[in-house]
Amino acid sequence: MIQLLGITKVYPTRSGLHTVLDGVDLTIKPGDKIGILGRNGAGKSTLIRILSGAERPTQGCIDRGMSISWPLAFGGAFQGSLTGLDNLKFICRVYGVDYRDKIDYVQDFAELGKFFREPVKSYSSGMRSRLAFAISMAVEFDCFLIDEVISVGDARFHAKCQTELFEKRKDRAFVMVSHEAHNIREHCDRAGVLHAGKMHMFDDIDMAYAFYQEVTT
Amino acid sequence: MSTVSLRHSLAIQSRVIAALLLREVITRYGRHGLGVLWIMLEPMLFTLGVAALWYLANLHTLSDIPIIAFAITGYSSVLMWRNAANRCTKAIEPNLALMYHRNVKVFDILLARIVLEWVGATASLIVLTACFAFIGAMRWPQDIVPVIGGWLLLAWFSLGLGLIVGAISERSETFERIWHVMTYLMFPLSGAVYMVHWLPKAAQDAVLWLPMVHGVEMLRHGYFGEIVPTYENPGYFAIANLLLTLIGLALVRDMEGRVQPE
Repeated sequence: MIQLLGITKVYPTRSGLHTVLDGVDLTIKPGDKIGILGRNGAGKSTLIRILSGAERPTQGCIDRGMSISWPLAFGGAFQGSLTGLDNLKFICRVYGVDYRDKIDYVQDFAELGKFFREPVKSYSSGMRSRLAFAISMAVEFDCFLIDEVISVGDARFHAKCQTELFEKRKDRAFVMVSHEAHNIREHCDRAGVLHAGKMHMFDDIDMAYAFYQEVTT
Repeated sequence: MSTVSLRHSLAIQSRVIAALLLREVITRYGRHGLGVLWIMLEPMLFTLGVAALWYLANLHTLSDIPIIAFAITGYSSVLMWRNAANRCTKAIEPNLALMYHRNVKVFDILLARIVLEWVGATASLIVLTACFAFIGAMRWPQDIVPVIGGWLLLAWFSLGLGLIVGAISERSETFERIWHVMTYLMFPLSGAVYMVHWLPKAAQDAVLWLPMVHGVEMLRHGYFGEIVPTYENPGYFAIANLLLTLIGLALVRDMEGRVQPE
């Protein structure tokens, strides 16, 4: 179980303190599919960063009783002068996974061909995101973080990702953040709306969406 | 809060640092030509250049000190702490995205870079000493204990300095600029280009406040034996290092609370 208690995040700005999250509570049980709706700037990505551990909350605590992924298909941590394989090795080493078991899987899945052994800086943006998604799948987690919906590659590749994540790993939990309700309606069981720094949780997606519509218009 | 045992934490941390180290090596040196060997060759070439310059300038006629050993001990020491600190300046910002991997901490990024400098400087010192001693251009170190002790203390010094410089440079551009001036001025003061014994009493008292001077003196005590008296105080150097490390750790801790990946 992952538990967030009273998470508050305040950023200093030139015109004083800006509170993005103001006492957010959230409990993620094994297998939970949670969607989070919010307008741009509502603090969705901040919440994802705090969940992933990239940033510390100003106040509040997180108890991570399950392993939790980095934001899915996030390729920002790639080192451009390293090859796709080097980047895979790095991630595997950080997470204590034997990379030799993952080479074939990632190479196949990312469909990079010979570019798998070329520097990432020579990749197109599509190749980059395919590699990022494949590497995300190389390490197993109890809970995946999905920041906006995975729009990786063409329709066929997109479908492949969906299968990999939502079918093969349907026993896992995930937290999906989006400003579009249909993604959340399709995959989630519960949804929360981030508004004015507060989290409003709903067991019913339609109720969450109705509330989202109400507060954002 | 779920707690993780210290042993488990250490296992994770060493894994992360090893991963960062390998990433850094490949990023910096690539796989072409001499590749990884440059970790050692780079400081070696520097030291060789300086040794050659000093030798050609006939500095060895000014004193009984064997000039090659003098250059190797002096320049290797400077290289270790100066490179460690310089590699730590602005080391976090380009690596901010790594923070998305929860086990990677600011401290790990700095430590990986410092360890790399330790490895390079140490390998360079050993290889140069062995080569020159083998061809008879200098004598083997007379007493290995102060050599190892002095070198370890210098490594510790570079750790404390690296953490401090790494953390502050991330917050203050002014510091980053001043730091470059400081390293430049520190070089002649650090003990690399003089023996404390050569200085007048007042100057001796002043330079012995500088921690790294004690490290170089120890190193040379070991290399030269009793040719020239040395003035090291390992206890003072260790306490100074401890203080620097504690300050460094506190600054890094504070930095970890401030990081904001995109």
